[in-house]
Amino acid sequence: MAYEITLITTMAISILFALSLNFITGFCGQISLGHAAFMGVGAYTSAVMLKAGFPFLFTIPFAGTFAGLLGILVGFASLRVRHDFLAITTMGVVFLFVGLVRQQEFLGGEIGISGIRGSPFGRIGFMYICLGLAAVFAMFSLAVKRSWMGYVFASIADNEDISRVLGIDVSKYKLIAFVVGTSTAGIAGALYTQHFRFVGPDSFGFVESVTVLAMVIVGGIGSVWGVAVAAAFLSVMPLLFQFVNDFKILVYGGLLFCMMRWAPDGLAGIVSRWIKRLRSTS
Amino acid sequence: MTTTVLEVRDVTVRFGGVVAVNQASLTIKQGELIGFVGPNGAGKTTLMRVITGMVKANEGQVLLTGNDLAGMAVNQRIRSGLALAQQIVQPLRAMTLLENVALACGAAKTDNPFTAMLSYERQSENNRALELLSQVGLGEVADQEPAKLPLGYLKRLEVARAMALSPKLLLLDEPLAGLNQSEAKALADLIKNLNLDGLTILLIEHNLREVMRICPKVYVQDQGRSLAFGPTAEIMARADVVQAYLGGEYFDAASQ
Repeated sequence: MAYEITLITTMAISILFALSLNFITGFCGQISLGHAAFMGVGAYTSAVMLKAGFPFLFTIPFAGTFAGLLGILVGFASLRVRHDFLAITTMGVVFLFVGLVRQQEFLGGEIGISGIRGSPFGRIGFMYICLGLAAVFAMFSLAVKRSWMGYVFASIADNEDISRVLGIDVSKYKLIAFVVGTSTAGIAGALYTQHFRFVGPDSFGFVESVTVLAMVIVGGIGSVWGVAVAAAFLSVMPLLFQFVNDFKILVYGGLLFCMMRWAPDGLAGIVSRWIKRLRSTS
Repeated sequence: MTTTVLEVRDVTVRFGGVVAVNQASLTIKQGELIGFVGPNGAGKTTLMRVITGMVKANEGQVLLTGNDLAGMAVNQRIRSGLALAQQIVQPLRAMTLLENVALACGAAKTDNPFTAMLSYERQSENNRALELLSQVGLGEVADQEPAKLPLGYLKRLEVARAMALSPKLLLLDEPLAGLNQSEAKALADLIKNLNLDGLTILLIEHNLREVMRICPKVYVQDQGRSLAFGPTAEIMARADVVQAYLGGEYFDAASQ
């Protein structure tokens, strides 16, 4: 039973993390290759605070806030650079984050922070907290997608110059997407800290950023349930299959390639095509 | 006395050493339909971009209903009453025609992101969008995606989407370019009708036949300078305007 709880908790954290990137990349069309850095900021914030004796739930808003502050900075970069350049800029952010953390004594340097105390809610209680937060954010994402904000995001993802000509304050909307997405990643980071009771600089690097991007793309960019399913599945694969763990980058890279080549709209696209075909034949 | 909608005062734009627009001035009054003509490279699109804020003028002022637009971003200028249909059609490709136009209809809901986040109702915007699409003859294909439609349709979509902003001044950048004669005539008639309904329009256009047919007044620009501004028939008969269009050498040869 303990194993299943670990799996489900891992899934829930990954779903929250992937949906947070989906808000930025899926909804608003801003590519990020450095999303793990924001999870890292949240995770380290929570770890330092837990070590200092603060209660776990109290650390969550701080984790979200600090990640969101860094998110605003990167968001401002997104107003200046676009597409591939934004991808490279965000990639720079994650390398910078890892590089900086490695040098900081109070963050545990290379070794990281370990010996974090367990959740006061027990493993099952903590699992419910993770599932609850993932569900709340999924619901929020669905609501935003249906709202006029989602409509505007879709237009920015489509062609931001045209959005401007239609009177839309593109900068404002982009910054909101970045703040919401990155602070949520920070919250996912706090959950990560409590779950693994250890944080290290290598847990939030480029590989993790590509992994979460793979979840979004495999699920179907912008599709809330598609991304949630892909995140749930891809997050536990390395735990269930040893070879996936051994060849993580190879498996995720291969999956990413296949999806981009044959189904750029991801699982959500494949399923919606199936449904369409079924309806037209019946 | 009718009110002035747009005033362009001595605008100069330099790209490096090239002067694209040189001391251009233009005044548009409420309810006018002005043809904006000039040979290739006259700086027509550049001046249009100065008006919309996509290009910054080195000198001069642009005033919309008396307010200086200096320092305002494109989206703010649109909010204060400009609308633009661009020369190169740019529909939002992942959306249907209806969604393209309805988004512009929802300007009140998209102004503040938090209002946008809490607004779900799209019915009134969809109705208005369908009305506008029908007005430009696209009612039948409202649910189609732009990728499947020919250029003539997309040109009209640009016009419908610009109208959806309920502008004080509609800027049209070569709406007839790339259309065949009957399509061009139909769209020109539509533009004329919009103007008769009270919309103030500045029309950049190379199709002189249609400009002369529908525009009561023209503004001519040559090599970045304001060359002439006045009643169409009178201006288009002027020797310097003809020379600008046909080229100095041709004119000299012809006059000999």
